[in-house]
Amino acid sequence: MYDMIIIGAGPAGLTAAIYARRAEKKVLVLEGTTYGGQIIKTMKIDNYPGMPGVSGPDFAKALYMQATSLGAEIEFENVIKTERAGESFKVTTEDDEYEAKSLIIATGTKYRTLGLEYEKELEGRGVSYCATCDGAFYKDKTVVVEGGGNTALYDAEYLAGICKKVYLIHRRNEFRGDKALLERVSGLSNVEIITPAAIGGLLVFAEKMRFLGVWLKETDGETGKVVSDENVREIKAAGLFVAIGSEPNSEIFSGLVDRDERGYIIATEDCKTSHPGVFVAGDVRTSGLKQIVTATADGANAASKAIDFLNSL
Amino acid sequence: MDFKKDVLDFKGRVLVDFYAEWCGPCQALKPILEEASLELPEGAKIVSVDVDEYSDLASEYEVSSIPCLVVFENGLEKDRMVGLVSKKKILKMLLK
Repeated sequence: MYDMIIIGAGPAGLTAAIYARRAEKKVLVLEGTTYGGQIIKTMKIDNYPGMPGVSGPDFAKALYMQATSLGAEIEFENVIKTERAGESFKVTTEDDEYEAKSLIIATGTKYRTLGLEYEKELEGRGVSYCATCDGAFYKDKTVVVEGGGNTALYDAEYLAGICKKVYLIHRRNEFRGDKALLERVSGLSNVEIITPAAIGGLLVFAEKMRFLGVWLKETDGETGKVVSDENVREIKAAGLFVAIGSEPNSEIFSGLVDRDERGYIIATEDCKTSHPGVFVAGDVRTSGLKQIVTATADGANAASKAIDFLNSL
Repeated sequence: MDFKKDVLDFKGRVLVDFYAEWCGPCQALKPILEEASLELPEGAKIVSVDVDEYSDLASEYEVSSIPCLVVFENGLEKDRMVGLVSKKKILKMLLK
């Protein structure tokens, strides 16, 4: 029996583990993919106070080492169920079952998909959601990026350094991302920005399940809504990078805690959910700003409230 | 690294870590592998293979997603795991 199980090993979860271990609680961290969460995909972090320019993987490694050297246990297992079991909580993963007196949910968000035919089949074979993970497989080739936020702009900039040509597609005339970043991307000679447009479908050689490119449809530059389903342009490319935002990883907690209409787990800065003993930290919580610094702050708050809860048992 | 000598001809279990410098999760796996390497069972070892430098090996062993850990014994593949794995599981893979 653990004092605390933390689900998710991003900045929020690992910070919670650090605080909980310093209070000498027995802690298990469960992570389905990689520790560090989304920061592992960021080659350079420029807005974490006191650490300008630190690389995401380095930052994640330091967090991981700090938490584990303090005695936090970690398992890379995918959680499929969490439930109340008498006075405690039972957490079921694909490999095992664990019990704890308190839970901290720090599962973050996941990328949104376009929902196009063949998109799922081609993931990892032409369709990608992580430019810094897969970009190098497209060296000197032509790629397409869809999205209008900072991630799409970062991806376009990063890929422009590797690929022969990068097409950046966005539904609206205006990008949501950083002005400075947009200026840098616009100035790159091998980046072509196509707005307003959306990817209508994937060009696929279905027999061999090979990705060949995308076709575009027209959108309204103000609202971003599709104007017609007509194929207005085809782009031959080796890869497509989808960067259209994210949604919370909270489905498995729907029976345990209250969520808002978008799926974020409802809590204020004290990180207390609707279920006593269950706390939430980081991007998966209903909050405004979603940054590393807010995730680590949440981790500390959630751990502190969980420690209070454990001490009151 | 000499794959034939270091992996295929090695008498014992070898965990081959297929990675790339540009792959974040691969970087994340590094400290875990380092920790595991301190507690290896006798006759087992870990070899890292950069898929950019040895792309022929990556395609020969059908590595299309990294990090990818493949366990070899007497030149034959025994076990494979893609993604991050805990130290406990790595040691278990090498014990089996």
